[in-house]
Amino acid sequence: MSEVKKIATRESYGNALAELGAQYKDLVVLDADLAGATKTGVFKKAFPDRHIDCGIAEGNMMTVAAGLAAAGKVPFASTFAMFAAGRAFEQVRNSIGYPHLNVKIGATHAGISVGEDGASHQCNEDIALMRTIPGMTVINPADDVEAKAAVKAAIEHEGPVYLRFGRLAVPVINDPASYRFEIGKGITMREGKDVTIIATGLEVSESLEAAKLLEADGISAEVINIHTIKPLDTELVVAAAKKTGKVVTVEEHSIIGGLGGAVAEVLAEQAPTKMLRIGVNDTFGESGPAKALIEKYGLDAKSIYEKVKGWL
Amino acid sequence: MQTLELQKIANEVRKGIVTAVHSAKAGHPGGSLSAADIFTYLYFEEMNIDPKNPKDPDRDRFVLSKGHTAPGYYSAMAQRGYFPVEDLVTLRHVGSHLQGHPCMQHIPGIDMSSGSLGQGISAAVGMAIAGKLDNKSYRVYTLLGDGEIQEGQVWEASMLAGHRKLDNLVVIVDNNGLQIDGRIEDVCSPYPIDKKFEAFNFHVINVDDGNDMDKLRAAFAEARTVTGRPVAIIAKTVKGKGVSFMENQASWHGAAPNDEQYAVAMADLEKVGEALCQK
Repeated sequence: MSEVKKIATRESYGNALAELGAQYKDLVVLDADLAGATKTGVFKKAFPDRHIDCGIAEGNMMTVAAGLAAAGKVPFASTFAMFAAGRAFEQVRNSIGYPHLNVKIGATHAGISVGEDGASHQCNEDIALMRTIPGMTVINPADDVEAKAAVKAAIEHEGPVYLRFGRLAVPVINDPASYRFEIGKGITMREGKDVTIIATGLEVSESLEAAKLLEADGISAEVINIHTIKPLDTELVVAAAKKTGKVVTVEEHSIIGGLGGAVAEVLAEQAPTKMLRIGVNDTFGESGPAKALIEKYGLDAKSIYEKVKGWL
Repeated sequence: MQTLELQKIANEVRKGIVTAVHSAKAGHPGGSLSAADIFTYLYFEEMNIDPKNPKDPDRDRFVLSKGHTAPGYYSAMAQRGYFPVEDLVTLRHVGSHLQGHPCMQHIPGIDMSSGSLGQGISAAVGMAIAGKLDNKSYRVYTLLGDGEIQEGQVWEASMLAGHRKLDNLVVIVDNNGLQIDGRIEDVCSPYPIDKKFEAFNFHVINVDDGNDMDKLRAAFAEARTVTGRPVAIIAKTVKGKGVSFMENQASWHGAAPNDEQYAVAMADLEKVGEALCQK
């Protein structure tokens, strides 16, 4: 078997912006002195006049983006998830969310896979924060193909969108030729009848690998990719829960308030189902290589396999 | 427009402020009254706007960064014809388009929602950048409180405005000297305000009486001559201006007059109006 291609979704983000810049004349990109890391530098190279570096001032950047949107631009405001959703939460809530302005937030370096920088920069709370804002769309793409499609969909979508990207190179699991992205529509990646694994972001590929391990033990696991956490594809989630009767959520995010929280809310009301939430277990991260952290925090395929197996 | 006409309108704006806040039984009359002349000058003399075409892409923009003084903003907008003056009594009532703080989704003509202090100036900077990118000649105005400039975001926005040489941006500071907890220099002094904006590469214009129409006229005229840098107009004003018992009282920052006080306030303003008619 040939080596699986790996690309960090932040790379996909920068590349998509640069590719779409010519088609969308109103597209402008803001950054807060992280253009090299968020990869908006790729856009800057192609469209220097439309790249606005706000310096290290994320709260201001979010509200400047709001002003640009109010004047007809389609701004992508980019920084690390920690500062986009965390530091600038109130600006996002009041200057972007409340007036429902057409700002896209490109949040990179989400989750513990930030790696060596450690807990101060590992945002495991952003999905929870962002999805509480009325009218905010929250997207966490799984790979390069999905990330690029999500950027385009965000441009086409009228209203605020939070896009979550990662620092770590992750396997390309979707075929660009056949892949179709629709905001709010989950994708069944693998059929199964014993348990439903609902994953998001880089945990989709880990969950697919875990499903293979489960299969070897005679357990048939369905894997669903929820790239849009808000609005959640409740129809797909409820149908899967009713089918298998057991739901596992997997995310590189706190088990509180993210994908697991969103799925639990829906199932508790519409189809009470036995659930297991796999994620960052209400704790802060730490420094270390991304891969080692994913293993330590139980978010790799083997850990998912063991947790699901032990739970069933 | 003649100065006398502007003064008469400003007095009507003040009546609208106290009427709205009295009706709401809540709101912020002090800073609305201190800025009433600035609102009036902007909406009746300075800005290129048309209430009948509030979404004109070439219009000048205004962002009320000190969003709590919405009563002053709404009253000036009503006088200018964006919505009926009679609507002012619905301020802060359930279902009213006149929210406690300005909401662009509720009122055509409001260019940006605001209320959380320190953010309006950033939005204005964004609009000014958009104007530059599109080679448009519109100008962007934003009004800040002197207490508001304690917010760090104001200086983040100012740094960016100075850096990008946004000469289509005019920042106005309503320097009425009082905030909720008292005198600004006692709470946490932002002085010297002018030197701070100068340090951020603004052209600064000090107005020693921001309740004087002719002085405002001179300041905004000077602002139009500036190229290559944003402008900050620091306007010294009187908090509660025009209502005897509210003037220079921090306690009237965010309190509504009762029926008795309302009668006194309106009588004060009627007197001012009569005096203006004698001129």
